[in-house]
Amino acid sequence: MTLDRIRKTAVRALAILSGLLLGIPQASAAPTTLLNVSYDPTRELYEDVNSAFAKEWKAKTGEDVTIRASHGGSGKQARAVIDGLEADVVTLALAYDVDAIAKAGLVKAGWEKRLPDRAAPYTSTIVFLVRKGNPKGIKDWPDLAKPGVQVITPNPKTSGGARWNFLAAYGDAVRRTQDDAKAREYVKALFRNVPVLDSGARGSTTTFVERGIGDVLLAWENEAILAVNKLGKDRFDIVVPPVSILAEPPVAVVDRVVERRGTAKVANAYLEFLYSPAGQEIAARNYYRPRLSDVAVRYEKTFPKVKLFTIDEQFGGWQKAQATFFADGGIFDQIYQPGS
Amino acid sequence: MPGRSTVHLVDDPAWVRWTLTAVALGFLTLFVVAPTVLVFVEGLKRGWQVYVDALTTPEARDAIRLTLITAAIAVPLNTAFGLAAAWWITRFRWKGKTLVVSLIDLPFGVSPVISGMVTVLLFGAPGLLGPWLQAHDIRIVFALPGIVLATIFVTFPFVARELIPFLETQGTEEEEAAHILGAGGWQIFFRVTLPNIKWSLLYGVILCNARAMGEFGAVSVVSGHIRGETNTVPLYVEILYNEYSFAAAFSVASLLVLLAGVTLAAKKLVEWKARDLRRPETGSAP
Repeated sequence: MTLDRIRKTAVRALAILSGLLLGIPQASAAPTTLLNVSYDPTRELYEDVNSAFAKEWKAKTGEDVTIRASHGGSGKQARAVIDGLEADVVTLALAYDVDAIAKAGLVKAGWEKRLPDRAAPYTSTIVFLVRKGNPKGIKDWPDLAKPGVQVITPNPKTSGGARWNFLAAYGDAVRRTQDDAKAREYVKALFRNVPVLDSGARGSTTTFVERGIGDVLLAWENEAILAVNKLGKDRFDIVVPPVSILAEPPVAVVDRVVERRGTAKVANAYLEFLYSPAGQEIAARNYYRPRLSDVAVRYEKTFPKVKLFTIDEQFGGWQKAQATFFADGGIFDQIYQPGS
Repeated sequence: MPGRSTVHLVDDPAWVRWTLTAVALGFLTLFVVAPTVLVFVEGLKRGWQVYVDALTTPEARDAIRLTLITAAIAVPLNTAFGLAAAWWITRFRWKGKTLVVSLIDLPFGVSPVISGMVTVLLFGAPGLLGPWLQAHDIRIVFALPGIVLATIFVTFPFVARELIPFLETQGTEEEEAAHILGAGGWQIFFRVTLPNIKWSLLYGVILCNARAMGEFGAVSVVSGHIRGETNTVPLYVEILYNEYSFAAAFSVASLLVLLAGVTLAAKKLVEWKARDLRRPETGSAP
């Protein structure tokens, strides 16, 4: 290679490089965009919501809007928003994570009162996914603590979904026995039956489904239905316990970001769309329980009747539940000894 | 040295030789061959069409484009840096040289996740430079610059590490001769040093590129996982896997395996070229 050729190649490479660099801002300088930072299993849900909302917004205002989406573990996503991920709206797994964003000053306090139903447009619950034919005969929460039953659930220290699982089990035990000590004994026995504690809900599903470990997976209802539909109806059954927890995945506008980007109006409209009949229909189609009763009626077959208790009535809200159960030295740390 | 055939340095008993060979082959099969084959088997499980579709969805194309852009920025910068650093370290004598060499090695010793977290700590909203960046509407983390920064950090030793030992063994005679004959600094660099090191430079660039395209940990922390925008190919593989799209995940993963294949082939070619060119020189040496 001569000197001249090296120089020419270098100049050419630089030209291409600068072209690429200049090309990026141009490509993303589209009309209005919103970024929805969400948790793991909502991809299909928000793909449907986003295109439906964009259509409706265009019809209403004549403006184009593109909604971008980011998915990951709920806690990790909240952390990213606090660290500067420019989310116009967050749609996370639990109120605790939105509280964390509010504490960092990005979302105004009282966010859960700005939208109906504690800012949770759709709900879910915790159900059991078992092997086809339910060979271990798992019907209700006490069955999970029986010897010889292997339960798969992620680590409540790291996973939002796992906290719902834990509180569902504990809440049911307290309601059943009216005794906190007995409820602790119960969850202790339950976690003795957990052979692998994955760090996230999707990891647990993979452990149960792909690696074939365990007799029962504690999962969000929408996750369980999705797993059965995607991975084989002939391999799994869903068991809905008589009583479970009402899981309310909250949504919020990130005030600091929309103020800066001037997207407050469309961001609010986007979240309100989730409460509209069209939005509720999409939620139900993606296996989230709708709030609107006339949509719920049409999906009765998908969502069996369960007696549901809420975090607020049973545990006095997320902040309190977090401190009591999942903080360092809390009840989970007391009852769970790894490897025993 | 080329041309030398296998020599039995020690007369080990046959069973030792066989056991060691079996262990080596077994490991190779278990940890390299089997997973590589598996990636393609899983990727093609649902047929060729699914495989091709998985690689051509808009999201996959966006991921591939982002990975190429990232490498196109990180690799030239690291090449320039590696060249300069190697030159500076081997051609001059100064205090603190060992410290600088160890610093260059640092990214090899640090988990990539940490490099990602440091980037967030520095450039993230609550970070050291965060408020200033936000006031000036400059986005670093959760955008292309952050991904490039994290990639540069992880890959910066490759070129320098490749060049330093080469320049050291080569010595400075040729450059000194050029200097005595009246060549200037840049002239010496472009006419003497660069032509001599070009093959090991290329080798470093190839390795640097492979790592830049394959990096997961550091990029995962700074990406923000915005679909179609900040997902590189390795991140996209994880997303597909998490969404039960196993065949698609392995299809896209096979791209990275192919990249590894190309890297290996390019590496072999460069080694072979380099030896070919150097042979007459070493032959004429006394």
